[in-house]
Amino acid sequence: MTLSLLAHFEVLTSYKNFHRSLRSITSFVVTATQREREGERVTMGTTSMASRVFLLLLIFLSSTNLSLSLYEDQVGLMDWHQQYIGKVKGAVFHTQKSGRRRVVVSTEENVIASLDLRHGEIFWRHVLGSNDVIDGIDIALGKYVITLSSGGGILRAWNLPDGQMVWESFLEGSGASKSLLTVPTNLKVDKDNLILVFGKGSLHAISSIDGEVLWKKEIAPESVEVQQIIQPLGSDIIYVLGFFGSSQFDAYKINARNGELLKHNSATFSGGFSSEALVVSSEILVTLDSTRSKLVIISFQDGEINYQQTHISDIFGDSLGTPVLLPSKLPGMFSVKIDGAVVFIRVTGEGKLEVLDKINNVAAISDAISLSEGQQAFALIQHGDGKIHLTVKPSHDLSGDLLKESIDMDNQRGTVHKIFINNYIRTDRSHGFRALIVMEDHSLLLLQQGAIVWSREDGLASIVDVVTSELPVEKEGVSVAKVEQNLFEWLKGHILKLKGTLMLASAEDVAAIQEMRLKSFEKSKMTRDHNGFRKLLIVLTRAGKLFALHTGYGQVVWSLLLPTLRRSETCEYPTGLNIYHWQVPHHHALDENPSVLVVGRCGKNSDAPGVLSIVDAYTGKEINSMAAIHSVAQVIPLPFTDSTEQRLHLLIDVNQHGHLYPRTSEAIDIFQRELTNIYWYSVEADNGIIKGHVLKSNCIQEVIDNYCFESKDIWSIVFPSDSERIIATVIRKLSEVVHTQAKAIADEDVMFKYISKNLLFVATVAPKGSGPIGTATPEESWLTVYLIDTVTGRILHRMTHHGSQGPVHAVFSENWVVYHYFNLRAHRYEMSVIEIYDQSRADNKDVWKLVLGKHNLTSPISSYSRPEVVTKSQSYFFTYSVKALAVTLTAKGITSKQVLIGTIGDQVLALDKRFLDPRRSVNPTTAEKEEGIIPLTDSLPIIPQSYVTHALKVEGLRGIVTVPAKLESTTLAFAYGVDLFFTQLAPSRTYDSLTDDFSYALLLITIVALIAAIFVTWILSEKKELREKWR
Amino acid sequence: MARSWRSKPAILVLFIQLCFSLISSSLAISPGSADGYTIHGRVKIHSMGAKGYGLYQKTSNVKVILNAGQSVTFLRPDGFFSFHNVPAGTHLIEVTAIGYFFSPVRVDVSARNPGKVQAALTENRRGLNEFVLEPLREEQYYEIREPFSIMSLVKSPMGLMVGFMVVVVFLMPKLVENMDPEEMRRTQEEMRNQGVPSLASLLPGAARS
Repeated sequence: MTLSLLAHFEVLTSYKNFHRSLRSITSFVVTATQREREGERVTMGTTSMASRVFLLLLIFLSSTNLSLSLYEDQVGLMDWHQQYIGKVKGAVFHTQKSGRRRVVVSTEENVIASLDLRHGEIFWRHVLGSNDVIDGIDIALGKYVITLSSGGGILRAWNLPDGQMVWESFLEGSGASKSLLTVPTNLKVDKDNLILVFGKGSLHAISSIDGEVLWKKEIAPESVEVQQIIQPLGSDIIYVLGFFGSSQFDAYKINARNGELLKHNSATFSGGFSSEALVVSSEILVTLDSTRSKLVIISFQDGEINYQQTHISDIFGDSLGTPVLLPSKLPGMFSVKIDGAVVFIRVTGEGKLEVLDKINNVAAISDAISLSEGQQAFALIQHGDGKIHLTVKPSHDLSGDLLKESIDMDNQRGTVHKIFINNYIRTDRSHGFRALIVMEDHSLLLLQQGAIVWSREDGLASIVDVVTSELPVEKEGVSVAKVEQNLFEWLKGHILKLKGTLMLASAEDVAAIQEMRLKSFEKSKMTRDHNGFRKLLIVLTRAGKLFALHTGYGQVVWSLLLPTLRRSETCEYPTGLNIYHWQVPHHHALDENPSVLVVGRCGKNSDAPGVLSIVDAYTGKEINSMAAIHSVAQVIPLPFTDSTEQRLHLLIDVNQHGHLYPRTSEAIDIFQRELTNIYWYSVEADNGIIKGHVLKSNCIQEVIDNYCFESKDIWSIVFPSDSERIIATVIRKLSEVVHTQAKAIADEDVMFKYISKNLLFVATVAPKGSGPIGTATPEESWLTVYLIDTVTGRILHRMTHHGSQGPVHAVFSENWVVYHYFNLRAHRYEMSVIEIYDQSRADNKDVWKLVLGKHNLTSPISSYSRPEVVTKSQSYFFTYSVKALAVTLTAKGITSKQVLIGTIGDQVLALDKRFLDPRRSVNPTTAEKEEGIIPLTDSLPIIPQSYVTHALKVEGLRGIVTVPAKLESTTLAFAYGVDLFFTQLAPSRTYDSLTDDFSYALLLITIVALIAAIFVTWILSEKKELREKWR
Repeated sequence: MARSWRSKPAILVLFIQLCFSLISSSLAISPGSADGYTIHGRVKIHSMGAKGYGLYQKTSNVKVILNAGQSVTFLRPDGFFSFHNVPAGTHLIEVTAIGYFFSPVRVDVSARNPGKVQAALTENRRGLNEFVLEPLREEQYYEIREPFSIMSLVKSPMGLMVGFMVVVVFLMPKLVENMDPEEMRRTQEEMRNQGVPSLASLLPGAARS
């Protein structure tokens, strides 16, 4: 609103003259409309006209609180919020009876959710704690969702319609084990349905009504590795089956009513077992022997354990691959994957094996579901020529198909990983099937009647890294015509808006206004805008897929399943690490598309070979890729670009060799010139060492590689391992722009910020304090923070917080660091700020020195010189635990900063940097007050209106990314976790543009009224003059 | 500060798991298995005449977090929650509920005195006699849009302009009428000299009369 005021007072102050004012009004209208067209940007040129009155009014009118706040009807105007669940690992359908059909799923992000089967929307969802991994999910009594989590330690029941937790049971036991959840349908004890849980080495029977543990039987004191629990239909007997060691099979027969052990049998098997076992029927188990060359059928009928072995080669002939038992539960048979094909084998009553079918290219097999007449069916998915083929087979007759469908599939989704099926009765009483499939990119799709009913991009729940890219420049002449066409629409819209302000609008009008505001065409355009609000967010997910999201509504512009990050024989466990800007064309290479570099590695350890991909940011096509290169320990984007604006990157491997990319002779020429100026550091957190490195010469290897360089250590800092352990290191964002080095303070004094890109913030804690809260006492824990110059290894500042511990979250910007930690003495969280100032430039304040030319303003800033720095620091209490910290970034760095705090409640709080100013004091002087220093309080305020996520939650919040818009006042913030949230922030309000709220119609009406008034007065004065003359 | 630090061992009783269900109020700690204690508590959210926050009051959206995410639990329909296998020491419990501000709670689980527990809100250092957590205040995330009124329209810059115009159009002539004819003539003379009548020159003239 601020600038709209400016504009009006421009009109008001020029009111000395009617004619002139008329002219200025008309000209203003023209410019205003034009400016709206250009993206509602108005320049600041009019400030000079501001009079004292205007300033006073401005101060009076612009609200005084520091939070930037939102009206409820502005939700969705500049922000968007998307909810995801993650890669599904278990699903239970609930389609009985009438009412809403739903599927309850558990995911790898520890989410349980109830999804609408019609549209895939979330009915309800709960994100469990990060170490509360879900092991099993089922539905009990037809109304409760039962989840087993924390390694069989916690059993919870959730109300199916609304997701309210009904009961929670903690299962105790000793030792870790496989955890299994079984909800038998007809096992009743005193009218109470039992839930059988095996976890922590014990078998528990739990009442499904209130979660009470009815009985408990310890199974594993002698370390029996329990594989299966079988409860034969209609009996009161439970079989617990497991392996003892690697060569003994144990079967426990337990009374389901009271947990009494009826029988315990065991038998050794000379060949040994491989770890997994499959249930074929209620008395037969199948497994592989330890060499994986024999199939072992274990039957345990009436306590008699019998083994039958069959050589794989007897069944399949001479095969090359090792067989893998597939975990799908099929009645009376099992499936083995061998040589890329799946073989279905039936076990007949006497333990004979009968090969039923061999099917190639099978991607996934579902568990069998029972159809109406006791008949069972299962589904399998095959891939072929860009389609997926879904087949549903009855389990008694594999040759007949109940359903065979081919569905076109976007090849960016990869292969099918999992399938869950459900059946329904069609109107003609035949069986229909719906299949829920989980793809390689973690997306979830529902197939029904040969088509994809809905799909969810749940890969976006596990974002690894984010970069932004500009959109293409708009071609001239296109947009103007469109605006002319829409002029009528535009006017109509404003009349509607005016109706809204005057409270004349009907309910329909209000809906229309809201829709108009939310669905503005401008927001989702695929071109660059003047304000730089429209960008592409390029995100890398854990599945190895790149998505480009438009900042308008968060819609997916393109997606690419990176071939280098797909599982293959050469690359068993590919993991994506980071994305970097590879090519950002602006000046002389404008016609080229920007591109990003994706760095990953083939394995979990840092010495695994790296993979690189270069992807076009506009089209989402992979331009270039390199697989199985050297290991990647660190990626350093260098501040040099070649003639096509490709940025030079130095990749450091685990042997501290530097590898230059792109591999062109031009790049090497540029690099050779700057070779001596390249410094970097490495942190070995386990050993407590920080080292500085510099490049030496080309690598000495058998194969001459011009792009490989050897390095040497130039400094190292070793932290004493018995008193300090590194828990956090933070540097400034390389892209950050600092507007001015000088900071004017009260009394017309000036301070010079110490601004260096080579500062590293390090936090260490005492080893005893590195655990979670509650494990250390204040006396034995302390937190030490350092500011280290990464070129020289000089420690510029060191400070110890006694009685404090981690985890430490920190953010570094300009010349300050803000960090969050736990104060054990007060038992509260604290945030501290350190500001670092350059004393060597402080003399420049002296005017005489400036006049005489004795200043050192022009002296070069060098990291080699020993700086005279002074630091200021202050600490405040902060209420919440923190999950992420970030700071707003603007294009020129003029706008004041806000610290964005991701709280434990998955909300993002914007806190003005002025609250984190070490110069705050209890009683600031008037001069300091004028400067904007807030009186010191012991804790930082939490103003509800300054939550940038307002009433929304970014479940599972993991990171916050800020990007400057082109408009100086505005910064774009993107928070990601299981959910995604994007918004625009204006830390000092939008002083350089009119807000969306600005009512052009009201302005027009005022102008019309003024013109009318002019005419009225003119006529009146004419008449009066006439009367005077007649007098 | 010290006043609120009441530690009444009588209230902070040792609870045996058996009798826990009999105790109406929520309490605190019971010795669990060998590796830790159990903390029981209750979250109570009164609908404090909330406007438009009916949506947030569902207890299904409330999470209770121990030690910054070490374990997370949810509320039962009656507002009870519990943490199991908590080792002795000083812990922090946070409650997150959209629309409400809860203070984190410091919970001391004593190893020497099993079952003895002290709980205090960290925000205002108030001790808790029984482990019932209530929000300190409601949170309003949105600015309240003031309903349309004539005053707000008048106060807006455009309203001020129109108002000013009205004053000039209707009150100025009245003021001018009451002026001394001599002075009036002089003013008009002045105006003619200046060429165009200007507001600035009119204003002091009006004030003088």
